[in-house]
Amino acid sequence: MPTLADLSPGQSAEVLSLSGDAALVQRLYEMGLLEGERVEVVARAPLGDPIEIRFGNSRLSLRKAEAANITVR
Amino acid sequence: MQTATLTVALVGNPNAGKSTLFNALSGLRQRVGNYPGVTVEMKKGKFVAGGADADLIDLPGTYSLAARSPDEMVAVDLLLGRRPEEPRPSVVVSIVDATNLDRHLYLTSQLLDLGVPVVVAVNMIDAAKAQGLAIDYAKLGAAIGAPVVPIQANNGTGVPELTKLIRAAVDGGARPHGPAFPPAFEEAVGQFQKELSDEVPAFLVRRLILDVGGYTEQWLVERHGERLKAMLAAARDRLAAAGHAVPGVEARARFNWVKAAIAAAVTKPAVRPVTWTDRIDAVLAHRLWGTLVFLTVMFLMFQSIFLWAKPLMDLIDGGRESVAKAVEGAMASGPLRALVADGVIKGAGSVLVFLPQIMILFGFIAVLEDCGYMARAAFLMDRLMSRCGLSGKSFIPMLSSVACAVPGIMATRVIENRRDRLATILVSPLMSCSARLPVYVLLIGAFVAKPGSPGWLPGLVLFAMYMIGFTVAPLVALGLRRTLLRGAPPVFVMELPAYRRPKLTSVLRRMFGAGWAFTFRAGTIILAAMIVVWALLYFPHTDANGESYPERIERAEDAAKENADRLKELKEKGDAATEEEKAELAKLEDAAALPDRLNGEWKRRSALGRAGLWMEPAFKPLGWDWKIGVGVMASFPAREVIVGTFGLLYDVGDVDPKAVGDQSADDEAKEKAAGLTKAVQDDWSKDPVRGRYGVPVALSIMVFFALCCQCAATLATIWRETKSVAWPVFTFVYMTALAYLGATATFQLGKLIVG
Repeated sequence: MPTLADLSPGQSAEVLSLSGDAALVQRLYEMGLLEGERVEVVARAPLGDPIEIRFGNSRLSLRKAEAANITVR
Repeated sequence: MQTATLTVALVGNPNAGKSTLFNALSGLRQRVGNYPGVTVEMKKGKFVAGGADADLIDLPGTYSLAARSPDEMVAVDLLLGRRPEEPRPSVVVSIVDATNLDRHLYLTSQLLDLGVPVVVAVNMIDAAKAQGLAIDYAKLGAAIGAPVVPIQANNGTGVPELTKLIRAAVDGGARPHGPAFPPAFEEAVGQFQKELSDEVPAFLVRRLILDVGGYTEQWLVERHGERLKAMLAAARDRLAAAGHAVPGVEARARFNWVKAAIAAAVTKPAVRPVTWTDRIDAVLAHRLWGTLVFLTVMFLMFQSIFLWAKPLMDLIDGGRESVAKAVEGAMASGPLRALVADGVIKGAGSVLVFLPQIMILFGFIAVLEDCGYMARAAFLMDRLMSRCGLSGKSFIPMLSSVACAVPGIMATRVIENRRDRLATILVSPLMSCSARLPVYVLLIGAFVAKPGSPGWLPGLVLFAMYMIGFTVAPLVALGLRRTLLRGAPPVFVMELPAYRRPKLTSVLRRMFGAGWAFTFRAGTIILAAMIVVWALLYFPHTDANGESYPERIERAEDAAKENADRLKELKEKGDAATEEEKAELAKLEDAAALPDRLNGEWKRRSALGRAGLWMEPAFKPLGWDWKIGVGVMASFPAREVIVGTFGLLYDVGDVDPKAVGDQSADDEAKEKAAGLTKAVQDDWSKDPVRGRYGVPVALSIMVFFALCCQCAATLATIWRETKSVAWPVFTFVYMTALAYLGATATFQLGKLIVG
């Protein structure tokens, strides 16, 4: 199953599920990143990690290890 | 009819414009409130709401009321009226970003559950219009069940209407309620409410169930034990089985409610327009361009801390000197004059001298934060910092510490994670700050840059001293994160806010706020430390015959002054002088040096001087004698003091640290600085250890200074920022131990190589 960490800058996908650490999942929910949301990967930091994602008018920075908990399609 | 003062709490997401609204409402009538045991500060102000006086509390920006730490719990407790020092707010103002209602109304929906009237201020309506959003505020208010007012906080639009609505909400007393949760969840809430009785408000019972591992759970499980823990696990399992697993059940209930409200009141353009933020981010988050811009910004910031602050710092230093001179002229000599001139005024001057650096750095931080770049800088640097167990947010504080650890430590306020912030605070003093430079220059000048040695050697040694800080600090940070500050790696989900133009008034507020906080809270502690060291070097102030040193020095100075012209005359004659004149010259030169000699003798007999002699065995492994030891001990409040103390101990008189290695200093100051270099060389050459191993000893002193926290200002700032005496004590102990070991290793290794 592909995750958000697998996307390249410029690609977008729909969130299928969030898993992993309870605090992380809750924080992502609070930021509005829910199942069904359409997410675009905007950029990758110079050293390859973290990544910048955008959904709606929100932009978040996520580490790849965190993004790997978010499956997409 | 209204007699009691209203209390209004301001709550919103970070970057919702909360501080701007706070300033627009309360103007200059504000102060900072502290809370025991936590590092949270909340600003408080006053304003008039519909004719009634109101207290305004600005809560820290947050995305949610799901508290995970004691710091986050302060805001929730305050809103529920559970902080003994604050009354429960009569109204909560929920400030939201008009361009991002989809997310900001989530927090509003939580505020509606508090059981207090809520007024929603929709901010940044201009930006929303520019993006083609049409918002019907009456419909929005009806959909969420609370009054809504459009505002533009940065120019005050809508603020009068907001104050009227606040007053109306208090008078109306309507208790709103948030979105409905599934019946299975309400059932669980009822069960726990019965179990916990009325001591726990309904709001916290809901948080107990929803926040896995959250602060409410930690707190209540500690009080009620394992039974509650088991009950909680069972209840969460039941909810999951019914398809309402936490925390998703809350997110779905609230976001469905938010979506319905937006559908009823907001018309969005069919295609999302490309915003300025999209365009700017395409450059600033770019791998190559973003890195280049970042490096340029950092270089500018760093350079300005060094360069722009210098004239101001010189001005403060000059002012300190002239005030001290004026006092010396006006007061009769004696311990009191010495206390005022050398202890208090010099001490206060050494506090104020940090102000320009602090204010310039905070000006930069305010601009970078307000325009949204700070988060991008953390984004770019996160990978590098995560290698030492920190996050990108630690980068700017650590870089600033290269100029001075005091503003650097204050800059850690941008780090929300407590462990990350502490680790950054504790290693910042290891970065080589500008006050270490005079020490390096003095010792490198005396022992490394000798005629015959390669020209690149001094530069290399200086570079090596800076590299010690750059390598040891990350290693210590990593060590701390694995031992004392162990914990799950912090969730690094960081919002990258939309770019905005910074506002001058808010930048100035930040600059002066930081300056004020430093001067009056850290400053008092620094001043006290300076006075203690002054006293230890002043007393006892009589010689073996009971004569007062200050008086003897004054007499010797007066005598030298009387003969100054004759001395100059004789000096100019040079070789043409007669034998008699030469003998007179030698006598007069000796008399001119007497004040410095007396001063040196006095310092050796002082409490600190005697302690140095007594402690000499402890300095032996480092290759030091008691003079170096006393110099180092006297420089614990402020490391650059060692240059002046060495001057006294080596009988050269007061040496200005800034004149060391500074070509632009005036001739007399340069001569004294050069004299000190020579005096140290001469003194060491007579000594068996230091004569033979001059370079290893010099390096061992430099390594000690590189690793030691000889700075009362830094320790006082750590105390203030962590609100605990334990952390400055810990910093001092670990850095001193590290310095002692490092210096010992340097000397012993150097001895082997030289020997």
